[in-house]
Amino acid sequence: MMRRIVYAHPALFFVISLLVLWQIVFWLVGPNALLPPVETVLHLARLLQTARFWGHISETGVAFGIALLISVVAGLAIGLALGMNRTMAEVFEPFLLAGNSVPKIALYPIVLLIFGIGMPAKIAFGAIHGVVPVAIFTLTACNNVPLILLRAASTMQLTRWDMIRSVLLPAALPDIFSGIRIGFSLTLIGTILGEMFGSQRGLGYLLMTAIGLHNVDVIMSVTLLLVLVAATANTLLLRQDRRLRNPGGSPHQKPG
Amino acid sequence: MRIVFYRLIAVLLPLTILEVLCREHVIKPLILPAPSRILVGLLAVIEKGAFSAAILKTLANVGLAIVLSVAIGIAAGAVIHRVRLLRALLEPLFAAYYAIPIYAFYPLFIVVFGLGDAPQVLIGVMLAVVSMIVSTLAGLDSVPAVLGKTARVMQLGPVETVRSVTMPYAAPYLFTGVKLAVAYAFIGVIGAEFIMSGTGLGYEIRFAYDNLDNDVMYPLILLILLIAVAVNMSLDHWDRALRSRRERG
Repeated sequence: MMRRIVYAHPALFFVISLLVLWQIVFWLVGPNALLPPVETVLHLARLLQTARFWGHISETGVAFGIALLISVVAGLAIGLALGMNRTMAEVFEPFLLAGNSVPKIALYPIVLLIFGIGMPAKIAFGAIHGVVPVAIFTLTACNNVPLILLRAASTMQLTRWDMIRSVLLPAALPDIFSGIRIGFSLTLIGTILGEMFGSQRGLGYLLMTAIGLHNVDVIMSVTLLLVLVAATANTLLLRQDRRLRNPGGSPHQKPG
Repeated sequence: MRIVFYRLIAVLLPLTILEVLCREHVIKPLILPAPSRILVGLLAVIEKGAFSAAILKTLANVGLAIVLSVAIGIAAGAVIHRVRLLRALLEPLFAAYYAIPIYAFYPLFIVVFGLGDAPQVLIGVMLAVVSMIVSTLAGLDSVPAVLGKTARVMQLGPVETVRSVTMPYAAPYLFTGVKLAVAYAFIGVIGAEFIMSGTGLGYEIRFAYDNLDNDVMYPLILLILLIAVAVNMSLDHWDRALRSRRERG
């Protein structure tokens, strides 16, 4: 009986067990290091009633939005440019893969030296995190488009732009969307990291000052907010992702 | 061969342009020193050995994070694969995990574990272990059920079964998991060093940045990038060699 309920709502039970675990860890390490779940939620709710906190949220939101836009547009452009030309793809693919494995946080001093402290640096830092996965997924998606579709397009003498619009993009959309989903998460992480080092505003800055002041209440509340936002956005994107991969199929079927 | 030539151009051309721009002071040395100067600086840094302790510290922590996350990841993956209830419970976590900004937990780790190596290694493990678990699950899923039954019919022991049935199917997935774990361990440990620590390459770069010491900062950044890329490329190369051997054999 219990088993069937868990299978029906795995996410719900996961959250419940996480909360229980959180409370137990709190009992173990004490109030010096952690805030228990209920108090964290209450503190977050209190913060959410202040205008200052919303100022930080909107600052992060704007930076993230622009960074995401740049990541997606630039990533799509790079991925499509490489995906349509076999030689280019072969030449540049190793660079993309290497760029993916590099700890991009090591680049933050360079970004700060170029852009100075403030909004542009955060945006750049978010974008360099997000653009590589979008480009890689787009390139892979283009390579996975069935050859017959491309042949048909060239037989019909489609122009390059028509070919992108009516063949390549629709056929590659599911994979590209997965890339955007991953790019979304990484851009958010990048933006927050950028704020932690090179900013006087935003949630990342708030987190960094709270670390300096050893303010556990703020650290926990901001972390909770970030995790909630990231997990919710990811769940929605994942649902759309599965729908794209499996149009009209039953939700329990494994995505192909 | 032609491809390699193009790749060489793709690396050298921007570097040459950058070199000229820096030498002509179009780009100020305070922002970016000439690439040749960075390279010379890197050689000097390695030769003088002033940062050897920091380099070793970082590499040791990354190595520890890799070993831990691969071992824990495979073990946890095997257990989760067996216990279906656990898997159903954890699937949502795996789907959303890499959307969570793990660094946000770093301050908590410092509070709990102090400012030693433990928080940094823990961040590396937290980033790396989940991709190892997911890869292990995918690998175990790829073993056809009928082969598991065959092994039982032939009364193979657990060690024999793993060696001659499970591994041939799961190995490529496990290798992918290891590759991801290596990349994530680097990102996690170095990132943690940047945010707050007293040792390691990340700390030294941050220190040099705060002191506007570009002659140290840029060579060290280059060193991190070179190490990460070299490790990743050699794993990739190895992976490809294993795959082609499997296909031939």
